[in-house]
Parts: sequence; C-alpha cells; structure tokens
Amino acid sequence: MRKFRTFLAALIVLSLTGCGYNTLQSNDEQIKASWSEVVNQYQRRADLVPNLVNTVKGYAAQEKSVLLGVTNARAKVGSIQATPELINNPEAFAKFQAAQGELSGALSRLLVVSENYPQLKSDANFRDLQAQLEGTENRITVARNRYIKAVQEFNVTVRSFPSNLTAMAFGYKTKANFAVENEKEISRPPTVDFGTAPATPQSKAQGAAQ
Amino acid sequence: MAMNMARALLLAYALCWSLVAGAQVAVPPLSGRVTDQTATLTAEQSATLEQTLRAFEARKGSQLAILIVPTTAPEAIEQYALRVAEQWKLGRKKVDDGAVLVIAKNDRALRIEVGYGLEGALNDATSKRIISEIITPRFKQGDFYGGISAGVDRIIRVIDGEPLPEPKGKLPGDTADIQQYVPVIFILALVVGGVLRAVLGRFPGALVTGGAVAFVAWLLVGAVSVALVAGVIALFFTLLGGGMGGYGIGGRHGGFGGGGFGGGGGGFGGGGASGRW
Repeated sequence: MRKFRTFLAALIVLSLTGCGYNTLQSNDEQIKASWSEVVNQYQRRADLVPNLVNTVKGYAAQEKSVLLGVTNARAKVGSIQATPELINNPEAFAKFQAAQGELSGALSRLLVVSENYPQLKSDANFRDLQAQLEGTENRITVARNRYIKAVQEFNVTVRSFPSNLTAMAFGYKTKANFAVENEKEISRPPTVDFGTAPATPQSKAQGAAQ
Repeated sequence: MAMNMARALLLAYALCWSLVAGAQVAVPPLSGRVTDQTATLTAEQSATLEQTLRAFEARKGSQLAILIVPTTAPEAIEQYALRVAEQWKLGRKKVDDGAVLVIAKNDRALRIEVGYGLEGALNDATSKRIISEIITPRFKQGDFYGGISAGVDRIIRVIDGEPLPEPKGKLPGDTADIQQYVPVIFILALVVGGVLRAVLGRFPGALVTGGAVAFVAWLLVGAVSVALVAGVIALFFTLLGGGMGGYGIGGRHGGFGGGGFGGGGGGFGGGGASGRW
C-alpha cells in the first residue's frame, strides 16, 4: 500500500511535467521577466523627458503647448504604478498602454517641432538626447516584441491540449497582449500633399508616427 | 464541398508560407568578422578589417563584426540588425560584449547594434556620434572602406575605455571548446586506463587515469573547470571500463574546422544607433 502510494505520487508529479505544468510555470516567469524589461525601458524614456524638455525650452520656449503636452503626458505615465500584477488586469494594462502611447505621441510632436529650430538641432546636448531617445524607443520596441512572444508562447500553452486542462485546473488564463495604439490611423493610407500651404506640426507628427 | 474546403485550406497554407518566405531578408550565416554581400570592399580591405577585429578580440575579449548587405527592405535597419545580432550572438556569454555594424548600402542606412555589456561605453549617443561624425561623412564621398575602418577604430577606442573581464588565453569562438578534446580524452582514457587497470587494479587505475587525463586536458585547454570535467569523465569510463571499444569515437566530432568564427553567446536588447547618408 505504502509503495503504491509512493508510486502514485511519483506518477502525479511526472504527469504534471507531461501535462505542461512546468511549461506553464516557466512561460509565466518568462512573461514576468519580459514585462519587467518593457517597464524598465519605458522608465528609461520617462527619465529622459525632463532633460529633453529643458533643452528644448532653452531654444524654443514659445512652443508652450507642445512642451506642456510632453510634461503632462510624462506626469500621467509616472502616476501609473507598473506592477507585475498589471499584466493580469486587462483594464489597467490598457490604461498603462494609453498613457505610454500618449507620451510617444507628445514626444514625436516635440521632435517634429524641434525641426524648425536650427540652433536647437545643432546643440550637442540636444543631439545626444535625441540619440538616447531614439535608442530607447528602439529598446522599447524590442522589449515589447519579446513580451509579445512570451505572451504568445504562454497563451499557446494555455490553449493547447493537454496543457489546457492543467491550466484550467490551476486557474491560468490567457494573458492580454500589446495592441497597436493607433490601429485606425495606420490602416488608413497615408495622404501625401504637395500643396503650397506648409503642413501644420500636428499633421506632420502623425506622419512621423506612421 | 469538403474537397473545396480542403483545397482552400491548402491554398491558404501555401500562401502563408509564401508570405513568410518573401517577408524578410535572410540573415547570412556567421562565417567571419567581415561579411560583405555587396562586394564593396576588396579582399585586401576585408582582410585588414578582419585582422583588426581579430586582434581586438584577442586583446579585449569583445567580439565585433561587420555586415554589408544591399538592402534590408521591407524591414527597417533596426529590426534587421537586431535579428542579425540575435542570430550571431556576438560577445561573450554573460558579458554580452558584442557589437555589429550593419550597413544597408542601397538603403543608404547603417546601424551599430550594441550588446548589453557594451551599452555603458558604447551608448546610444556615442554610437550616434560615431555614425554621424565619423562614418557617414566618408560614406557620402563614396569612401566606404575609409568610413568603416575609421568607425571601427573609434568603436575599439571607446570599448577600450570600458573595464571588461580579461579575455581567455585563446579566442572563445575559435577553440577552448571541450568537445574538440573529447576524442583525445576518449583515447587516453581507453589506452592508459586499460593498461593501468590491468597493472594497478580497477579503482586505483581509474583514479590515476582520471588524474592524468585531467592534467593533459589542463595543458591543452588551460581551464581548470574543463580539466576537472575531463578527469571525472575519464575516471568513470575507466571504472566502468572494458566495453567501450565499439563506441564511435570522434565520428560525430569530425566537422571541426580550425580558425572558424562563432558568436560567444552574447545578448542584445536593441541598444545602439542608426544613421543615414
């Protein structure tokens, strides 16, 4: 009897491996790590903003609305606590996404506006900040891609047989993934206007975002 | 009806694959430190760059590589460069001190992709400066070799300012691979072990064999950990002894080309900078 029970316990433990329990665990952990990297890179961008705003202010203080837009978006981003629990809460996740998207938009508007100030563009500090911002945006893209892949792997495990039974038994659900923020905008073909009227910074910013 | 359905599915499947196949420019296999698919550099220039990078790796341990492709379309150079970096895995494992200079000649775009371990010295701003102040002015005049060579020199100087772990005695990608010595260890364990076992008895013989193999492995590779592993393997084989004659020794390890170049397993996270000319 004792032997049988040990055997049964061993069988259950082994079948956990077979049913994808361990895969679920490692995928889940992978998602957490990728998410931390995403947050880390977003934080890096947020840290760059005050410096950037100050540098631009030195040359283009009259662009108040754009500067204010960046500052506000930065404040909004800072007010959201990007805890690991966020990824299990679709609503908070969407809010986080929206705030980061707003900051992205505000920053791209700022960079478009800065094109009009040759002195600002030739400022070494500004150029370094711009390079850092570009690099950080690229890192964000990479981190997001890796997060998307991690979530995909997890969701596939959760939904495919037989690990879906394990997932059901332990209450694992598919996780929310990143969506493109401006889905409507990018599905619209870009309009090219060769008219004489100078384009407003607003429309140029959209062009840059695309 | 079912037939049609199956056909539609098959078609969809085929289409999926054709889309995948046509989507991206393939990353060339890593064969050397300088990969030029556009015949921009002469053989001599490539060799000079290769030599510079090789010497740098031997001195500092960081792996640098150059890739020139005609175009990365439809991808942006950032995405392509990251795929290159992820596939090549330049830089030492855990140190992540690799960097790739990717040039898309017809796109007139280039990028320095920097591994995690070099992001401190070769940060985005520095990379951008190297690109816009050193490389692109020369590229604009059509002087590709001059731009690459000056850029590489500056990258090397920047990395030199970063304290990194000492390189191992031999280049990590070239040798120092225990697999390469497996056949030698097998033969040693077989021959020496067989003799010693007959002379000294099973356990003392195995012990002496293990020690001898460890010593030889240490002489060959120069790393204590490798020597220990080899010694233990030899010890066990001699202990178990006898019936290993039928093992296909070294058959699997036949393809070792000397002087090949491989990535050390470094990680990349999208650091670096891009530029256009």
